[in-house]
Amino acid sequence: MKTPILEVRDVHKQYAAHTALDGVSLDIPEHSIFGLLGPNGAGKTSLIRIITQITAADEGEIRFRGEKLNPSHIAQIGYLPEERGLYKKMKVGEQLLYLARLRGLGRADATERIKSWITRFDLKPWIEKNVEDLSKGMQQKVQFIATVLHEPSLIILDEPFSGFDPINANLIKDEILRLRDEGSTIIFSTHRMESVEEMCDNIALINRSRKVLDGPVRTIKDQFKTQTYEVEGKGRLMVMHPDFEVLKHQERENGHFYDVIKLHAGVTPNDLLRYLISNVEVHAFRELIPSINDIFIRRVRETMPESLVEQKPEIKS
Amino acid sequence: MDKIWLIIQREYLTRVRKKSFFIMSLLAPLLVAATFVGIAKFSGSSETDVVAVRDESGQQMLQHLTTTATEDVQFVAADGNTLAEATNLFKKAKDKQDALLYFPPTFTLDKSTGTQLLANGNVSLNRQSKIRKAVNRVVGDLKLSRSGINQTTIDNLKANVELDAVDLTQEGGRKNNVGATTGAAYFLSILVYMFIFIYGVQVMRGVAEEKSNRIMEVMISSVKPFQLMLGKILGIAAVVLTQFALWLILSWGVTSLAAPLLMKSEVKSPPAAAVAGIQEAKASRDAPTVPNADDAAVAPAPTAVSSPWNFLDGLPIGSIVGGFLFFFLGGYLLYSSMFAAIGAAVDDQTDAQQFMFPVTIPLILSYIVSINVVINGDPNGPLAFWLSMIPFTSPIAMVMRLPFGVPLWQLLLSGALLVGGFLFTTWVAARIYRVGILMYGKKVTYRELSKWMFYKG
Repeated sequence: MKTPILEVRDVHKQYAAHTALDGVSLDIPEHSIFGLLGPNGAGKTSLIRIITQITAADEGEIRFRGEKLNPSHIAQIGYLPEERGLYKKMKVGEQLLYLARLRGLGRADATERIKSWITRFDLKPWIEKNVEDLSKGMQQKVQFIATVLHEPSLIILDEPFSGFDPINANLIKDEILRLRDEGSTIIFSTHRMESVEEMCDNIALINRSRKVLDGPVRTIKDQFKTQTYEVEGKGRLMVMHPDFEVLKHQERENGHFYDVIKLHAGVTPNDLLRYLISNVEVHAFRELIPSINDIFIRRVRETMPESLVEQKPEIKS
Repeated sequence: MDKIWLIIQREYLTRVRKKSFFIMSLLAPLLVAATFVGIAKFSGSSETDVVAVRDESGQQMLQHLTTTATEDVQFVAADGNTLAEATNLFKKAKDKQDALLYFPPTFTLDKSTGTQLLANGNVSLNRQSKIRKAVNRVVGDLKLSRSGINQTTIDNLKANVELDAVDLTQEGGRKNNVGATTGAAYFLSILVYMFIFIYGVQVMRGVAEEKSNRIMEVMISSVKPFQLMLGKILGIAAVVLTQFALWLILSWGVTSLAAPLLMKSEVKSPPAAAVAGIQEAKASRDAPTVPNADDAAVAPAPTAVSSPWNFLDGLPIGSIVGGFLFFFLGGYLLYSSMFAAIGAAVDDQTDAQQFMFPVTIPLILSYIVSINVVINGDPNGPLAFWLSMIPFTSPIAMVMRLPFGVPLWQLLLSGALLVGGFLFTTWVAARIYRVGILMYGKKVTYRELSKWMFYKG
């Protein structure tokens, strides 16, 4: 496997009375979408602020493409913070130019790229307008452009879809996929796990300053499969079989039923199907794949049961 | 460094391009000039007071008063045959007559009880004293002549001393120009005070705005918080300097254009026009001396009217300008970094009040105390010395002392202390700023702020 774009090794961060990160290690592979998931106050933003060099880790090391993270990497990182905004009384075009140049882009280069992004996002008529004259959705587009304008190889989006309307969210999703395909690496940080799980190639779950779980989404899901299937059909299903266990049974109208069945160890789905076919008319048969959210809760319950007690969001700093 | 430069540019351009900046730059000097021309017109050139006199004492006070009358008071006989009638008539003639002076029948040279000054409304102290002086003079003269001294002797006896204060620290012991010196001291220190205040608050507002706009984190993922803070402070400093430069050029232009016109009218009524001309010239430079006609008289020798700026003769212009720029910038840097820290620490403007208090107190105090110590007291006394050494008060106190002449070693020491002072406040402010800008929704206390100073990285 290639060197990951980002290697996080045993990072600790302590704020006055609160531990924000407690020995977190991660590998973020190149050209992928990485989900940094966890509830509010878990330490996601603290980790991101260390990666973006807004703050520094107390202990541990971060490597960017094998090099120790240093200020020269800032130009290769694009960051859309959770707390994001724009200068309200500045023109859209000027603002983008300013932010791009602060990221180390030359004036001519920046102007060129602003033009193409503005066109792509249908903002052309607004380029000479002050930001405060734009609708919220348009401002979000401008913010996104500002994040990616300098063509960073690592794009970090903190709660990217909070506050985005569905249309813009989809637009941004498409852009993110396109950027990934063109070679960028994207880190999503969110507490709304369901919003990004279908896009992520890899994820890491963080809870209470610690990493709970990480790896490719596919592998994790396989690992957390529960051998549980949904069955819908018609007939009288009376499962009395040593290989299966019915977790849920619902009688519906006209002799229809809905069941959730768990296979015991060593039993294949085909065994269940065969049994079903010989007894009832099968309309639907589907594996129940756990959502990342379910996995998270399960994992937390297994590893740190004490933390399931009411999570108080900590003040982020 | 490149990034600081970009930030300075943005902070500068967004402010300079504002309409309000343009209007301020254009109107302020005109407004100031107009104000002082106005003041000059109404007070400086002071129309002659007309005082009606009703004399029942038989001492012929009216004749005596009229013969010794000065330019600024004119005495006329009151109409009417009784006091009541005279009063009534005076009330009707209030546009022409300013006061009614009444000498009762009991009035003698030795007993003045019952003498009254009647007027519609209050008589200003100034007018009262003018009239009292005239009456005193007349009574004094009459007493002298009553004791057998003739008028020529009396005239010869009158002292007429004028003092020319000479400042020996100046080259060749130039004439000490008290009016201009005091005026310059007032004007320069009020400029420093005002501008530190106005633009310090602008820094604070700018930081608070970045914070409430939520652009702060976007910014500091590109630049260091310290760069962002310093860029803003320096950018706004450049705005102030631009404003100064514009005002200076504009004032110079206005006075150069207006001076010849004003000089012409001088021929007709010398004191008024000369005063007006000086007022105009001084308008942009020294504020508070102007309304005082005495100072204006001191300021320009009649030969000086050819250039409206001549009243500055005798002032150490080089050290004033250099010192002013240095101490203004030093004071601005010192205070604005603290304002920046406040802006970073609070979530909204209302919270800022409690933290502004300790920052503005030394600023206000140093202005008020300095006026009493430097201008009304001894500009080179020990208190003035210490005020001009402490970095929190020196920007104002030292600028106030400049026109009076300050020894070089004091300037250098005070300058060094000021540089040290603003390096220190900037360091403290940067540490508070760094933590504060990312802190949302937390009620900040002084204790909290002091903790921030010691946060790591």
